[in-house]
Amino acid sequence: METIYLLIVLAPLLGAIVAGLFGGRIGRGASHWVTSSGVGLSALLSLYVLFGFVTGGLEVFNGAVYTWMVSDGLRMEIGFLVDQLTAVMLVVVTFVSFCVHIYTIGYMAHDEENWPGESLAGSNSYQRFFAYISLFTFSMLMLVMSNNFMQLFFGWEAVGLVSYLLIGFWSVRETAIFANLKAFLVNRVGDFGFILGIGAVAMYFGSIDYAEVFARAPELANTQINVWGDESWSLMTLICVLLFIGAMGKSAQVPLHVWLPDSMEGPTPISALIHAATMVTAGVFMVARMSPLYELSETALTFVLVIGATTALFTGLIGIVQNDIKRVVAYSTLSQLGYMMVALGVSAYAAGIFHLMTHAFFKALLFLAAGSVIIGMHHDQDIRNMGGIKKYMPVTYWTSLLGSLALIGFPGFSGFFSKDAIIEAVHFSTIAGSGYAYFAVLAGVFITALYSFRMFFLVFHGTGPRDEHAKAHLHESPKVVTVPLVLLAIPSVLIGFFTMEGMLFGEWFRDVLFVLPQHDTLARLGEGVHGPVSMVAHGFAGFALYFAAAGVFAAWYIYMKRPEIAERIKSRFGIVHRILDKKYFFDELYQALFAGGSRGIGKLLWSLGDRILIDGLIINGSAKAVGVVAGWARNIQTGMLYHYAIAMILGLLLLLTWFVI
Amino acid sequence: MQFEMSSLMPVLPEIFILSAACVVLVVDLFLKEERRVVSYGMAQISLLLAVLVTLFTATGERQILFDGSVVRDAMSDVLKIAVYLISAGAFLYAKDYLRDRDIFKGEFYVLGLFAVLGMMVMISANSFLTIYLGLELLALSLYALVAFNRDSVQGSEAAMKYFVLGALASGMLLYGISMVYGATGSIEFGAVSQALANSGVDKRVLVFGLVFVVIGMAFKFGAVPFHMWVPDVYHGAPTAVTLFIGSTPKIAAFALAMRMLVDGLGVLHADWQGMLVILAVLSMGVGNLVAIAQANIKRMLAYSTISHVGFILLGILAGTGKGYTAAMFYSIVYAAMALGGFGIVMLLSRKGFEAERLDDYKGLNERSPWFAGMMLLLMFSMAGVPPTVGFFAKMFVLEAVVSVDMTWLALVGVFFSIIGAFYYLRIVKLMYFDKPVDETPLSAGLDTQVVLSVNGLAMLVLGLFPAGLLSICAAAVG
Amino acid sequence: MIALSDYLILGAILFSLSIAGIFLNRKNVIILLMCIELMLLAVNINFVAFSHFLGDSAGQVFVFFILTVAAAEAAIGLAILVVLFRNRRSINVDDLDALKG
Repeated sequence: METIYLLIVLAPLLGAIVAGLFGGRIGRGASHWVTSSGVGLSALLSLYVLFGFVTGGLEVFNGAVYTWMVSDGLRMEIGFLVDQLTAVMLVVVTFVSFCVHIYTIGYMAHDEENWPGESLAGSNSYQRFFAYISLFTFSMLMLVMSNNFMQLFFGWEAVGLVSYLLIGFWSVRETAIFANLKAFLVNRVGDFGFILGIGAVAMYFGSIDYAEVFARAPELANTQINVWGDESWSLMTLICVLLFIGAMGKSAQVPLHVWLPDSMEGPTPISALIHAATMVTAGVFMVARMSPLYELSETALTFVLVIGATTALFTGLIGIVQNDIKRVVAYSTLSQLGYMMVALGVSAYAAGIFHLMTHAFFKALLFLAAGSVIIGMHHDQDIRNMGGIKKYMPVTYWTSLLGSLALIGFPGFSGFFSKDAIIEAVHFSTIAGSGYAYFAVLAGVFITALYSFRMFFLVFHGTGPRDEHAKAHLHESPKVVTVPLVLLAIPSVLIGFFTMEGMLFGEWFRDVLFVLPQHDTLARLGEGVHGPVSMVAHGFAGFALYFAAAGVFAAWYIYMKRPEIAERIKSRFGIVHRILDKKYFFDELYQALFAGGSRGIGKLLWSLGDRILIDGLIINGSAKAVGVVAGWARNIQTGMLYHYAIAMILGLLLLLTWFVI
Repeated sequence: MQFEMSSLMPVLPEIFILSAACVVLVVDLFLKEERRVVSYGMAQISLLLAVLVTLFTATGERQILFDGSVVRDAMSDVLKIAVYLISAGAFLYAKDYLRDRDIFKGEFYVLGLFAVLGMMVMISANSFLTIYLGLELLALSLYALVAFNRDSVQGSEAAMKYFVLGALASGMLLYGISMVYGATGSIEFGAVSQALANSGVDKRVLVFGLVFVVIGMAFKFGAVPFHMWVPDVYHGAPTAVTLFIGSTPKIAAFALAMRMLVDGLGVLHADWQGMLVILAVLSMGVGNLVAIAQANIKRMLAYSTISHVGFILLGILAGTGKGYTAAMFYSIVYAAMALGGFGIVMLLSRKGFEAERLDDYKGLNERSPWFAGMMLLLMFSMAGVPPTVGFFAKMFVLEAVVSVDMTWLALVGVFFSIIGAFYYLRIVKLMYFDKPVDETPLSAGLDTQVVLSVNGLAMLVLGLFPAGLLSICAAAVG
Repeated sequence: MIALSDYLILGAILFSLSIAGIFLNRKNVIILLMCIELMLLAVNINFVAFSHFLGDSAGQVFVFFILTVAAAEAAIGLAILVVLFRNRRSINVDDLDALKG
């Protein structure tokens, strides 16, 4: 089995290396073949592993593949932990990645048009893109398969790196560079917390191996430490919150969410793969993996819950006023990530992972469908310019419809099961903040339906595109684009129905995700639900379903039936609209705080502290001092032979006087 | 003592290289100018065969031969194989360079092989006499190699300086050896060590001699203040020779230190530890500082050598098995790094042009992204950036120093390596962020390109998998 | 009867003389070569003296090797000297200053 696990990880890496280093030489066709087949192989093997677990033919694997180094008792290894959780993640990552690889062949076919003629970076950009997404797949697999914190951190940073590379892929666009920088900076904040968390784990547990850390967690559960002054902290809370700050950066939770919408500057395939389906869910995966730690700190769980609920509600609201098709989907992603975090916060880890999985499929589908529309519209992304596309792009239309229904939680679709499970779990939860969270997730259902179908109606229904030229060229995208849509539509609709019983209430995650009995909200929910049909029936008894229906109706009424209402609302609630349009002024706030404000305060400090103290004395000063010393020291090397001899003799005398006399 | 043919088996590698050098010398006489490549080929083949000979005659046990003059143990085998391979790399990089400058002569390879023989003798020495002979054989070959380009003003000046200072250093070493001989009554390391263990030896005479012995070793390493020859020789010698001097002799110097100080004078550890501390701190300080002020890459790498020597000395002075292992790891890794670094310098040079100025590296990424990447790996490794192997070399050494409660020394090492990182990263900056001044395409044979790539990638691969080489070194130190 | 210390003092004086010669001499490179020879001979006196007083022959064997190496060293030194002179038309120690810094 170890060979198979290695192969799953290494096949994409090999593809990335071949396409990245020799892409120019082997050409475009060979590049996408080698990368796609590498990821395809991983996907097949992942399915094999998953079925092994489903049929019970596979044991949990936890072992080191290679010991990198041992430093003062801290073993740093590359190792794999493959259990049910990993198996699910493997399939999600490789399957979506495979679809994206194929889709990219069509989407990037004319990428050279995006580069100015003589740009050096533009040469071989097609091959480079494939190398990046394969490399990303490798990194993400390393992350989910790791059995220790070091490898987790490696994967964490590696997916981040590829993500920055891809956000700024079109490096000739100013906006792409800015988005790239923003993602990088915001993630640094998160990573700072993350690495502090890992450091704390290594320090107090003396190990960075998951199994050892989890085994020792209960005995350290009540440890208090002094971080600053006399204030004493629960060690578990500190570690969990620090790790979660990392997750907030990577999974774009408020207030570190600002980079994700901007990351849409990258090509659409990676928005689907990295910024919707996989990388941004790394935080969710990480918290679920660390469930034996999080369960020991209710404070940390509340923290997760409140942040998640806030993200779920408030980013959804922004989605209503966005006009860029990709940004609408991006805000929807943020909101859904919030749902996953809420699930984790109420200890319904299984529901979180379940929603992660279903979301990966339908959100990738929605992104790729959006990309298909963008191809049709010749890279115009404004939904106000669209409309009536239904008849030109039937496959895109139907797959989008399925994806949107899954997203809003239409009964029986995969999104329904996962989202309903989360809402009900919150309902059953008793930890602090669960009341607020329940309100947020319920309101979120209405909002989700509203923005999803607002976009859906504006794009596909109504009168045709305003631009006659665009209209004339509208036609369905090529097969390489539509086939992945169909491939993704199938699990978007069906997967929830078949897997919900096992994943949410069954044996599947029993030994993997650790839940204290008093936190086990899913078990309480499970008492009233027996199978998917009963879950649907149960859904009709709750509020959520009606909220969703109301949302769809509102979208239809406001944006299709009486478009003037939309205008009137906009002018009547100008302030609200403006707040939403400006995304609660987060960008402005950060600009002011970190760029402007710090510029203001900074100017003062700069003239006082920076310019004189830091620049003058410490940075430039030390650099200058080093330079001066270096320049002076090199004068000792006079070039004169007898001076060299004198130096040796002085050395001799020095040693003689020091040691003999 | 009865003489038996079988006692020659353990020294077969030395005999083999000696014969090979003689054969190349003779064959070269009968070669036409355009067939000179035959000498090169023979030298390369003999180095590679020497690897096999060494492997086949290796027993893994410690054998003391010829009345205690020579020792053959696991450490000598590992170090010798490293010397063969790195010398072979040096010969290979040198080929095009020498040919472009019309100094592609058989003597280069003959002298090179004799230098290799000298290093082998040093590595296997078990008495002061043997070590002196090996040292001189190496040194005399190197003096001649530095002056190899007879028409070069700089080359002859560098050779003269090297020669005078080298002779001074070996004179001091001999003076020290005579004192040790007088105090212990023996020149064989085993007997010396035994005599030291018995009380009644005049400590003052011994330490007096020890100072001179340490100086002889420090000169070979190029440790401050016995380093003055290093920059001038590296700068003045033809780059092909600099490459050779800069790489393998560091391995031999490590062996010199291990044999003399540990095998022979191990009992005096407390005394020579103090001396090495001074040398190490001075070397790390002066090497890293002065390297910053250099505009010539050969001089810069010379000062960088000095700073790396400081690190190797740190490992030795720890005086534990861990420390020796770390120092051995470091010296082998350093030899490979220096080989690659100078290899890139040679790659950029061509007929009538020496890529010696730092400005010649500007925009290398645009001229050849692949080799810019290799240089990046080499520079990162020298600077000690993880995950390249240079990081581990430094880390193991520092760990060894910390484990003998000399944390302050480790901190000094970290401090200077941070300063040192500056000038390595400056090269990276020049390569990637500046516009090229020189647009000439790189012209190098396929063999050079392949080996240079292997050399560069080895920095990364060894960094990802340091355990293999480390366990070899640990087993060799024993 | 000449004591061991007398030989050692002689050796030390010769050794110091040769070192002084190396760094005081700023004119002729040939004098440097002579100083180097003198240094090796000083060491030889030490070895022979120790060998005699210890009743051990190893020191004298060592001396033979040193003499041989010294001859080889002188040969190389003179060869470098010739090359140097050919290139610079001078064997003045003060003129060896192209490489520095």
